[in-house]
Parts: sequence; C-alpha cells; structure tokens
Amino acid sequence: MNKADIALELKGITKRFPGIVANDSISFQLKRGEIHALLGENGAGKSTLMNIVFGLYQPEEGEIHINGVKAMIDSPNKAIELGIGMVHQHFKLVEPFTVTENIILGSEPKRGMRIDIKGASKKVKELSEQYGFDIDPMATIDSISVGMQQRVEIIKTLYRGADILIFDEPTAVLTPQEIIELLEIMKRLVAEGKSIILITHKLKEIMEIADTCTIIRRGKVIESVTVKDTNPQELAEKMVGKAVNFKTEKQPAHPTEVLLEAKDLVVVDRNGKHVLNHISFSLHAGEIVGIAGVDGNGQTELIESLTGMQSVNSGDILLKGKSIVNHTPRNISESGVSHIPQDRHKHGLVLDFSVSENTILQTYHHPEITKRGFINVNARDDMATRLVKEFDIRTPGIDTRVGSMSGGNQQKIIIAREIDKDPQVMIAAQPTRGLDVGAIEFVHQQLIAQRDQGKAVLLVSFELEEILNVADRILVLFDGQIVGETTPETTNEQELGLMMAGKYERGGSSETK
Amino acid sequence: MKLNEIFKRESLFVPIIAIVLGLVLGALVMYVGGYDPILAYHSMITQIFGSTFDIGETIRTIVPLVMCGLAVAISFRAGMFNIGVDGQIIMGSLGALIVGTQIDLPPFLHGLVAILVGALFGGLWGALVGYLKASKGISEVVTSIMLNFIALYFSQLVINQFMLQEGTQRSQMIKDSASIQMSWLSNFAGGARIHWGFIIAILAVIFYQVYLNKTKWGYELRAVGHNPHAANYAGMNVSRVIVRTMFISGVFGGLVGAFDVLGVFKYVAISSTTSGLGFDGIAVSLLGGNTAIGVLLSGMLIGALTYGSQGMSFGAGVPGEIIRMVIGFIIFFVAAPGIVRLLFRPFHKKTKKES
Repeated sequence: MNKADIALELKGITKRFPGIVANDSISFQLKRGEIHALLGENGAGKSTLMNIVFGLYQPEEGEIHINGVKAMIDSPNKAIELGIGMVHQHFKLVEPFTVTENIILGSEPKRGMRIDIKGASKKVKELSEQYGFDIDPMATIDSISVGMQQRVEIIKTLYRGADILIFDEPTAVLTPQEIIELLEIMKRLVAEGKSIILITHKLKEIMEIADTCTIIRRGKVIESVTVKDTNPQELAEKMVGKAVNFKTEKQPAHPTEVLLEAKDLVVVDRNGKHVLNHISFSLHAGEIVGIAGVDGNGQTELIESLTGMQSVNSGDILLKGKSIVNHTPRNISESGVSHIPQDRHKHGLVLDFSVSENTILQTYHHPEITKRGFINVNARDDMATRLVKEFDIRTPGIDTRVGSMSGGNQQKIIIAREIDKDPQVMIAAQPTRGLDVGAIEFVHQQLIAQRDQGKAVLLVSFELEEILNVADRILVLFDGQIVGETTPETTNEQELGLMMAGKYERGGSSETK
Repeated sequence: MKLNEIFKRESLFVPIIAIVLGLVLGALVMYVGGYDPILAYHSMITQIFGSTFDIGETIRTIVPLVMCGLAVAISFRAGMFNIGVDGQIIMGSLGALIVGTQIDLPPFLHGLVAILVGALFGGLWGALVGYLKASKGISEVVTSIMLNFIALYFSQLVINQFMLQEGTQRSQMIKDSASIQMSWLSNFAGGARIHWGFIIAILAVIFYQVYLNKTKWGYELRAVGHNPHAANYAGMNVSRVIVRTMFISGVFGGLVGAFDVLGVFKYVAISSTTSGLGFDGIAVSLLGGNTAIGVLLSGMLIGALTYGSQGMSFGAGVPGEIIRMVIGFIIFFVAAPGIVRLLFRPFHKKTKKES
C-alpha cells in the first residue's frame, strides 16, 4: 500500500500511569477516507490513546506519524494544526452563545478591531450545506437539541481544518433517530475525504459503519479486523476476552399481585409545564416493566416522584395499597423501594467516600450499623467485605476511594447496596449507562434475578435494546405521558422508536390492568 | 493502600514546605528592610519558650485560634464557608457577660453556666446562618459576614443599655464567681492567663475527630459536604445537617468569646471592629487541611508565631507585622499547592517514582 494513503499511524505507543500501563505498545494505521473503530471495554485504554493523539498526554515510548511524517503532538493546539479534530463525549460549548460564536471561539476571524461574525456565519453555513448538517448558524446552543449540539462540535473541528476526526462515544447521548442521522453524516465526511476514528463499545454501530476495527484490551491491541469479515459475536469476544451472551437469558415472567401503583400523577415544573401529565400504571410482583422514551420526556421526574426526591402536584402513589406519595426519600426507601439512580456520580455515590462508606449510604442509620449515634465501623466493614465478595466488585480494598474506580465497579457498588436492602420494588434508572458488555450482562442478570425472587422491577432506559431484552412489559413515555404499552414479543425497535417520537400510538394511554 | 500513603505524604509535604518557604521569605523581607533575620527569629523563639509565663501566654494565644480553626473547618467539611465566626465570638461573649454580670451563682457553677450560655448564643447565631441557607437558599458567605456586623452592634446596644461601666467604654466586670481562670495553672505558669479554655480546646479537638469520623451525624455531615445530592438520595435531611453543623460551628466560636470574657479580660470593651479571630480561623483550618490534628498543629504554629512576634520587636526591632506577612506567605503557598510543587518538581518526581 502507498504510504500516502495512511492518514495517521501509531507505532508502539506506550503510556504508563502509577501502577498501571494504560497503553502497552499500541500500533495501528488509519487509512485515508476510512472509518476506523476503536473498540474496548471501559478502562481498556481507548481514551488515553486518543488523548495522546490529541496532545493532552505525552507517550513514554512510540511515534505518531501523520500523512507519513513523524509528528510531535505536545498540545491540543498542535493537534489542531496538524489537522486532527476531536468531538468529545461531553460537549464543550458555551450555552448562551450562538452556533457561530461557539464555532469560532478561540480562533475568531477579525475585521479590523471587530470579530467578523457575518463572514464566519457564512462559512459555517457553507460547511453545514456541504455535509448536510442542516444547522442554523445564528441559533443559540441552549435552544437546539443535543444532536444539533453535537453537529456544532463537528463543524468546529471542520472549521479549524480537521482532516482526521476523532469521535469519542458519539452516540451515547443521542436518540435512535439522531444516531441514524449522525451515521449518515459520518459517511458523508469520509466520502469527502476525511478520516474518522470512532471510539465506541456499541457493536451495532461498528458493524453498520466502520471499515476497520481495532480491538484494545487492557492497554494492548488484540487485533485489527476488517469489519465486513467479522460479526458482532466475534468482536465482543475479542473485546471481553471470553464468550459473551448477547440475548439475555430469562424465563417468562409470572406476575402476581400489584406492588406499586401510580395513579394520575401530575408534576408541574417551574415554567408551568406538565412534565408528568396524568400518568397511571401499575407494577406487579415478578415482572420487569420497561419505561422506554427519549431523554427529557419525564423519566427523571417520574423516578424522582416515585422515590420521594421530587414532590408531586397531584395524584397518588401506592406501595402495596398504602400511599407513599410525597413521602421523604428515607421513608420510601425504608418501606421497601430500592433505587438505582440515573446519575451514579451525582446521586448514587459519594465519590470521595470509600467503598465501605458508600455501601452503608442508605442503611447507615439502621441499628446494625449505628448504635447510640456511633457508627460501628466493624459492622460497616463486614458488610462492605461481604458485598464486594458477593457481587464481585473489583477493588484494591474496601478503603479505596470510589471515585478512583471504574464505572462498572462503581455501578456494582450501587446495585449491591440496593439489592442488599432486600426491597419489594426496584427502580433502576439507566442502570447500564456507560458500562461495557460484561458489566451490562451482570446488571441485567441481577435485575432478572430480582424479578424471579418475586420483586417488582421498574427499568427506565433510553436504550431500546436494553428495554427489549430485559423488560417483560413496555410503557412508552413521551412528553410526560404514557403513549403506549406493549411487550417485547409483539413489537420491534422501529415501532418503539416511532412511539418514542410521539408519532404513533398503541395500546392507548395505559389503563391499569 | 499504597495510593493512600502517597496521598498522606503529599498532604504533609505541601504544608511543611509552605511553612519553610514562608519563614524564608519573611527572613528575606527583614533582610531587605535592614533587619537581622537570625536575631529576629532567635528573639521570637525566646519569646515563645523563654519562660513558663511565656509558654503559658503562648498557650493562651493558641487556644482561640484552634477553636476558631475548628469552627471554620467543621463548616468546610459540610461544604460551607463560615466567615461569620467573628460574629459568633461576639455573641458568645455577650452570653457569657450577661450570665457573668447579672446572675449570682456559686463559683465553678457560675463559670460553667456562663460558658454554656456563651456557647449557646454562638451556636444559635451560627444555626441562623445555617437556617437561612437550608430553607431560603441564601449563601452562607453573605449572611455570615453580614451577621458579624449585626452581632457587633447588637452587642454594643445591649451593653450600652444594661451593663455599661459608668464613664468608660466598656461593660461592667463579671463577678468573681464567674471567672474561669485556673489559678493553680496560672501560678505554675508565672501568672499567665491560662483558663479552662485550654482544657476545653483539647476536648474540642477530640470531639471534632470523633464526631466527624465515628458518629452517624458526622457521617451525614461529610456526605452532605462531599455530595449533597447523594445525601438527599440517601434519605438524609440535608437542611437539618446544615443547621446542625452551623450550630456546632457557632458553639466553637461562642466558646472563644466566652473564654475571653470569663478567663482573660473579665469585661467586654466597646469596639468599632470585630476581633478578626474568625478570619485567623480560616487560615488555621486551611493550613490544617480541616482535620482535627491538622487544625491543632496549625493553630499551635500560628498562635506561637503571633505571640512570638512581640519578642521580635523587642529583641530585634522588627515590626510585628512581618509575622503577619510570614503567616500570609504560608497560607498563600498552602492555598496554591501548585507553586510548591513547581518549585520542588525534581524532588517531587523522585518520590513518585520510588513509590
């Protein structure tokens, strides 16, 4: 192959952090005009590698070649100069600014003393048309959707002349429809001669769009494969290092009595909008009910209402026939509701606490842990040790600060803690967000095990695959209302996707069965 | 465990280097100003340890600094910045003064009640800040500093109206029965004004350590300080934790005020400014990293430097303000650990590789 066809080549990149080799002699080639997926579990070293390419870290060994020329990338500015652009997972945008202002931020075109906004927005418009971004250069960031914000990030790199684009988990925040559009955009980018590195652990996207896939495990390249010669099963096994079960194994559900019942719930936000608009449903012992929906359609309010973290304007919530509406979180938790929160860093954990301090977060006031106002450190540590063992939490010790652990193990702590409370109802919000294949499998098995023990599980997720795989019954939430009820056996992703977009109704506004 | 050790070493490394740098920079300033820094530091040390009286007086200087450090530190640990310790001191003084002048009780008991009322006054003053934050969402930084002034003028009003010593700018003296001086220890220390505060400060440091790390309320306090959202999720009553913490913070401040009235001055002077001790408390808590032992050590250091600075002006003609500069330098380097690391980068890298 001609050398000039290689846009970016890494040769033997090694990066060590205290106690860990994040990248162990990593080499791979990004051909011009291809989409090259970088696949690996959390903590495999993908992000470290990309931060090296983008100039945020310096490798201890190895070389980076760009267009066949050896390059020293010692800062992001240098990377941009060399034509490398990065679309971060968490957008770096100034919300009240317009699209154009955000794009030119840091490299403003001057016209005398003034910033040439007009010229810049013209250029943005041109780029937008060239790649089919369909974006309004004068709209402010806070007025456009998450998908559009991501496009702003992409244009930002193109505006700075990027030829090599790095996408860091770009679909994590998008709706199914937005994902389709993003993949279209990526295809158009490579058609125009750009080269793309796609960091992801979603196999479906790799199969659909990537040309080559390099699999990284524990800081080492396992293999670079041509995507059309492989299949998802093979990719997953290479990533995890063992056989993976995709289809979650579970027996049919045997729902019995109603455990949790929501009746005509209404939550009105500060602007007077009905974020929950007369929601009713019931949750039976021995079933998993999935709440499908695009982020921001009332899921957060629903979970927080059910767990007492948010007050309800009207309606009732019954736990085994007793009203718990507007009770305190403590009260609801003690009555037998466990809650795996949506945002584990914000709500689920105190990151600066140790593993053992986090395992007692919900139950520290119980007499087994606290006697006469003093915490029994031995009882606490015994509990932590037991949970670490039972749930296979990978940690150097129970004194380890939780913030230094991987996302999967952090989530295991929460799940262990919430299951250990032996609840009647388990409310799991986005329980697998940001987790890799192995950890996702673990979480799903745990939820199903809870169901099989006769508990009621409410699973709120933005991932259709997860809902279809795990839930026994599906409710679709759109604009604060339940717009459909179905079962995984009788629906598919397309139909659910339409319902989630509010374009299709089925099953009526979920009557309590 | 290994990581933990590095962290611990690191957390000691910065303050120690900061102290050394502060003293060196102070010496440099003296040298430039035409003073003899070695003589100055020598006279400072003589002043601190020169006689039993001096040691006693040094301890007297240290006690309120440690207490104020604890007051600031406990609010820090709950995620708040209490800059109203000055006001809490004033309220504590007022409470102790009222009991000390207006009520008749047997000795010992009188002092005890006066201390408790002073602590309560300070505590309530602190709790008010907590209440305003918890229920109305008003920043404790704003309310606590404003309440400093309110406390100052309220206290003056009460003294002027009810307890003014005729013809002076100060209150009446407290009754002898309310004195908390420890005469046996004072005699032992050559007449230095040592009082119960010495014992209470030690107890306060122990209380702080145990409360934060061993009790349920301390666990809640730290959870709220690190992550109030998670605390709420965990069913903790965040508002109550905030009010409770500010009450304790205020009690520490109130005790300082009570000690001053009952153990040192025996009256309250009408002054146009607050003592500023609360602000020294910020320095102490910062240098001490908000831990019990850290606050104790940094309170001892700053207290000793403050008292020793008097010796510098006698012995070497150096203005005492230089020591305020030294303290300022130390706090500066602690608050900007990046500078310390930058200066000691080669050394720092070495220790990292070893580990």
